[in-house]
Amino acid sequence: MTGMQLSREKLLEAYRMMRTIRVFEDRVSAEMASGDIPGNTHLYAGQEASAVGVCMNLVQSDNIASTHRGHGHCIAKGCDVHGMMAEIFGKDTGICRGKGGSMHIADLSKGMLGANGIVGGGPPLACGAAMTAQVLGRDDVAVVFSGDGAINQGTTAESMNLAQVWKLPVIFAVEDNGFGEATASSFVVAGEIVKRADALGMAFAKVDGVDFFAVHDAAAEAVARARRGEGPTLLHIETPRYYGHFSGDPDNYRTAEEKAAMRRDRDCLTTFRRRVGEAKLLAESDLDAVDAEVQAVIDSAVKAARAAPQPPLDSLTTDVYVRYP
Amino acid sequence: MPQKSFRQALNEALHHEMGRDPTVIVLGEDIAGGAGASGQQDAWGGAFGVTKGLLGAFGPLRVRDTPISESAFVGAAAGAAVTGLRPVAEIMFVDFLGVCFDQIFNQAAKFRYMFGGKAVTPFVLRATYGAGTRSASQHSQALYPIFTHVPGLKVVIPSSPYDAKGLLIQAIRDNDPVIFLENKLLYDTVGEVPDGAYAIPFGEANVLREGGDATIIAFGRMVHFAQEATAILAAEGIDCTVVDPRTTSPLDEDTILETAEETGRVVIVDEANPRCGMAADISSIIAENAFGALKAPIMKVTAPHTPVPYAPNLEAAYLPDAKRIAEAVRKTMAYRK
Ligand SMILES: Cc1ncc(C[n+]2csc(CCOP(=O)(O)OP(=O)(O)O)c2C)c(N)n1
Ligand SMILES: [Mg+2]
Repeated sequence: MTGMQLSREKLLEAYRMMRTIRVFEDRVSAEMASGDIPGNTHLYAGQEASAVGVCMNLVQSDNIASTHRGHGHCIAKGCDVHGMMAEIFGKDTGICRGKGGSMHIADLSKGMLGANGIVGGGPPLACGAAMTAQVLGRDDVAVVFSGDGAINQGTTAESMNLAQVWKLPVIFAVEDNGFGEATASSFVVAGEIVKRADALGMAFAKVDGVDFFAVHDAAAEAVARARRGEGPTLLHIETPRYYGHFSGDPDNYRTAEEKAAMRRDRDCLTTFRRRVGEAKLLAESDLDAVDAEVQAVIDSAVKAARAAPQPPLDSLTTDVYVRYP
Repeated sequence: MPQKSFRQALNEALHHEMGRDPTVIVLGEDIAGGAGASGQQDAWGGAFGVTKGLLGAFGPLRVRDTPISESAFVGAAAGAAVTGLRPVAEIMFVDFLGVCFDQIFNQAAKFRYMFGGKAVTPFVLRATYGAGTRSASQHSQALYPIFTHVPGLKVVIPSSPYDAKGLLIQAIRDNDPVIFLENKLLYDTVGEVPDGAYAIPFGEANVLREGGDATIIAFGRMVHFAQEATAILAAEGIDCTVVDPRTTSPLDEDTILETAEETGRVVIVDEANPRCGMAADISSIIAENAFGALKAPIMKVTAPHTPVPYAPNLEAAYLPDAKRIAEAVRKTMAYRK
């Protein structure tokens, strides 16, 4: 099914998730600035159509592996927004009990194998999840989201080859936001990303990550291929990155004009609204109602996170092992 | 003497050595920053600003922003070192060395030995280490015991701006592979740093304070906590010696044993996990060689045997601090008075 053929409920769900990610990230940014969130975060704003376009094709038993910029992937795979916010605030009610923080949000019960602090950490893990499905005879697939920067990591190259020779049901969703930290991908990525897949005989597609429908349809094909046992696909998804690399980044390596133009011309939410409006699939008022609901959810998540207790001190030494000695 | 930050001290060391020796190059991710982008160039000067200005001074052939390919560029640094350059590779967080251990452990560290003494590998790997920045398990480790364990590597942990500059200059001039670890919470600390170039030899501990009652041995940021602890203890009439070995490999065993003989009571502070760590290592050296002088068991103040947690209250409990150090010293003092 193409994105345009999705039911009204599904379209609203997709929009709700994208809006949730946007509001979540804008709010985390604001709370970071006020000093109430510990450490650092890498915000996903601008890239929402990628996570949601891919994950709308998945079910709970499918797995995803994510990156340091993982909040969007978590939300799109169904992680609890309250638990995520509490985690980022370092609270006991957090999805990882305050032990992981922004870069390690995970919920295995939702098929979310974790954000990841290590660039290139995810691809082998997704291969592993796909191998589990293959060995146990399930038709689950695994998706690894990674950045354009991570494409240069040896683990990515090794995993792509492994997935292809073993015909693993993996999708390599490469989110190309043009930058790895402060360095433009044009400076460090040789050749075309899709040709790295092509060289292995792996299926691939390059899509506009601002357009939910483009991502959705390319991912639908990739997921179907994986479920049929026909092996991996690489999706090269071009997206903007609205914020700097991390919360304290002065983002001085991009001009003000470039950043303004990016926010003006490359917004997946306005693009979605325009496309469903033109096709008369959803009314403006439906979407406005979602916006209001999402705002209320995020407000409540922040309020609850602030009020939540810190983790108990004895949790410092628990959960290192299942059993020890 | 001029006051400078730890960051600036390191930056000066790089400027000096690159200016003095055209075979010195630096490479790493975003060590300039902004490459290929529309805005400012040298936008970051490294994730922690240590390499700022090098691109303008020495150009892109010698100041190289790399792809995110640690195995490739760290290995390339090792290969360049053994063929005539003196590369200084930067890895933002020591944790990331997990992706390129082979190039360090099996390649750079062993060339000289495996090749029958024919190789010289003047290779410096700079990385930050340490907890306390709410960066959680994969950005906070103090992995120096792992490197210390590997024969062929030298391991440096500066605690002050003065030491940072002199030790980095030594690291660059040194003909062996050096792992140079910078605690990220020290970058903004300030101290006296001469303008000129100077090298501090490896394997020479710095005795920061001499007192006859007990000895505190500490590395990196823990040296500052040790100093704080001595202030607390002095008020109680306990007078401590503080020793900063500055390098874990080579280790200044002479100074460590001398002070152990003198005070007979030793507390070792190590921000790394306790198993097979520096605290364990040094206490075994003292137990073996100065057993007769000990008046109390050697005490270790370390992180627990857990990864580094994210929540601020847990992370605070994870790290050693002045209070815990002072408590350990009091315990050694109370043992068989
Ligand atoms: C192994 C490793 N090297 C370096 C880093 C530091 N780092 C964190 S994010 C990042 C850039 C990643 O770029 P990309 O893959 O394009 O993802 P994006 O940040 O653009 O989402 C780098 C270099 C890291 N976390 N892990
Ligand atoms: Mg990127």
